[in-house]
Amino acid sequence: MDTVIRLNNITKIYHVGSEDVHALQSVSLEIHKNEYVAIMGPSGSGKSTLMNIVGCLDTPTSGLYELNKTNVSEMNDNQLARIRNKEIGFVFQTFNLLARSDVLHNVELPLIYGGVSSSERKKMAREAIGRVGLTERIHHKPNELSGGQRQRVAIARALVTQPSILLADEPTGNLDSKTGDEIMALFDTLQKEGNTIILVTHEEYIAEHTDRIIRLRDGNIESDQAVQNKRVAVTTGKIG
Amino acid sequence: MKYAFGEFREGLLIAFTAIRANKMRSVLTALGIIIGIVSVTLMGTAIEGLNRAFNKSIAAIGADVLYVQKWPWGGGEDWWKIRNRKDILIQQARAVEKQAEFARSVSPAAGARRQAKYNQKVLENVVIVGTNADFLTTLGVNVEFGRFFTSAEDDGGRPVCAIGSEVAANLFTNENPLGKTIKLGSGNYKIVGVIEKQGSILGMESLDNRAYIPINRFFKNFQSRFGGIQIMVKAISMKDLDEAKEEVRGIMRKARGLHPKQADDFAINQQEMIIQTFNTIGVVIAGVGLFITGLSLFVGGIGIMNIMFVSVTERTKEIGIRMAIGAPRRTILQQFLMESAALCLMGGVIGLMISFPLSLIIDQILPTAMPLSIVAIAILVSLFVGLVSGFLPAFRASRLDPVDALRYE
Repeated sequence: MDTVIRLNNITKIYHVGSEDVHALQSVSLEIHKNEYVAIMGPSGSGKSTLMNIVGCLDTPTSGLYELNKTNVSEMNDNQLARIRNKEIGFVFQTFNLLARSDVLHNVELPLIYGGVSSSERKKMAREAIGRVGLTERIHHKPNELSGGQRQRVAIARALVTQPSILLADEPTGNLDSKTGDEIMALFDTLQKEGNTIILVTHEEYIAEHTDRIIRLRDGNIESDQAVQNKRVAVTTGKIG
Repeated sequence: MKYAFGEFREGLLIAFTAIRANKMRSVLTALGIIIGIVSVTLMGTAIEGLNRAFNKSIAAIGADVLYVQKWPWGGGEDWWKIRNRKDILIQQARAVEKQAEFARSVSPAAGARRQAKYNQKVLENVVIVGTNADFLTTLGVNVEFGRFFTSAEDDGGRPVCAIGSEVAANLFTNENPLGKTIKLGSGNYKIVGVIEKQGSILGMESLDNRAYIPINRFFKNFQSRFGGIQIMVKAISMKDLDEAKEEVRGIMRKARGLHPKQADDFAINQQEMIIQTFNTIGVVIAGVGLFITGLSLFVGGIGIMNIMFVSVTERTKEIGIRMAIGAPRRTILQQFLMESAALCLMGGVIGLMISFPLSLIIDQILPTAMPLSIVAIAILVSLFVGLVSGFLPAFRASRLDPVDALRYE
């Protein structure tokens, strides 16, 4: 199977005052295409740092990061921005939509930065919105949507560029459990459609939806195991 | 190209959304620019008015005329020295008249301010000009009706006069002034003609509040033959002006008995000098005026910069989101620059909309029009202020760390 992500001896050191904080200490791992992976760990374990590096929001202090066999660990800001735009779809705990823009504009935003023409952009955005089941809300502003719907918009935005990986940081953290289940069901579907998904969470229950759980502690990988009894999201009929 | 355009449109959209979302704040911020643009454009309009008024006055006098006078126009020389110069006398005018070959016509002129009186009507401060019959040719003035006095009347020192249109209008409301006798100072003069309206010099000294009499009469009634006069010389054509000037200078030096080593003790003035002097003054007025009004624009720019810093801080999270989904730093910079440029441009346009009607009011006092160049400059300057004052905040926004910006609440 194709390797999408390959981390080799990744370390990240933050300088806080005169102290050096080793957020990641020599982390190595591989993630393949169409894998569904959860990254777990208590706060301070380095999972946020790992997510930022995998998401190309940050660069490692040392080590090698290959995304689709391209070395991204030594890229400059502009190259990283381009990688984030093309290869990575972020889904955040707090949705992070633009409050003043409607659903369509929020979803087409990555395509604007990707230089896609206006008509093409609209077509792709509508399709992505359709995939998360929000076609009827296309001209609503985020504050006119429920939490679950907002997260769907965020997922549509992450999907629209057909990225190599979907990177979801506690995607159900701000949702009630029923809505959370619906979102997890959506992720399950997306994985079946061939997407590679990385989920950062501290809830076992969420992590069990995935195929593989990587546990971090104090900047090291504590364990990396396949999930035995995979949980399948049960939704009650209608999505949304 | 396509890439840049999509981003550009997005930038504009963000700018206008942001401006609309904070209407009150945007208006208050733009107010600084509005006031700046209003004051700069009105100043420009007023300067344009001054220029027009001046050029109109200049045209009225005629550009191909040399004025031989004791005092140079525009000053610059030692006041006391000039004060002690010998007066220019009528014989010198006669010498120029006789000898100057580049002169089309030569007219002496002497002036006095006196009362003009007809029946019960009295007009104070009328300028009595003593000159010769060639005056009309020399200054390019026309008679409205009647005639000017003749050289025979001048030679004989006859008590005749041609009056300016203002004098005619004020003394003769329902009568024909021709043939009437008016009192100028203490002597009686028969009116032979009325000079057509000439206007005024910079809206102050009217050229129509005058009465022209033969200079030989002037020497009897107002001043002795040895009093100071001035000599006006009209060159054959504009291109002969310089040669005429040299020639007149030579004649004057000889007539005044100057040694070759002595400096001229008279001045040959021409309009170019007024124009030059005025231009110097004009540049100073314009410079000072635009500097002071420009200060208000500068203050407006500081206001924009301040509010843009606030805007960047407020929207740190948004910047983080945009960076996360792939906006390069350059794009973030561009977006905030566009926002501040749009804000300033809006201020500039509103400023122009305010100052245009105000310029029409100025037009009532000082004939002028807002020059198109000022409109263009105002637009460019507001754009420039927007870009300059927006740069620092926009730069700060573009340098944010995406991880920190996303975490910002």
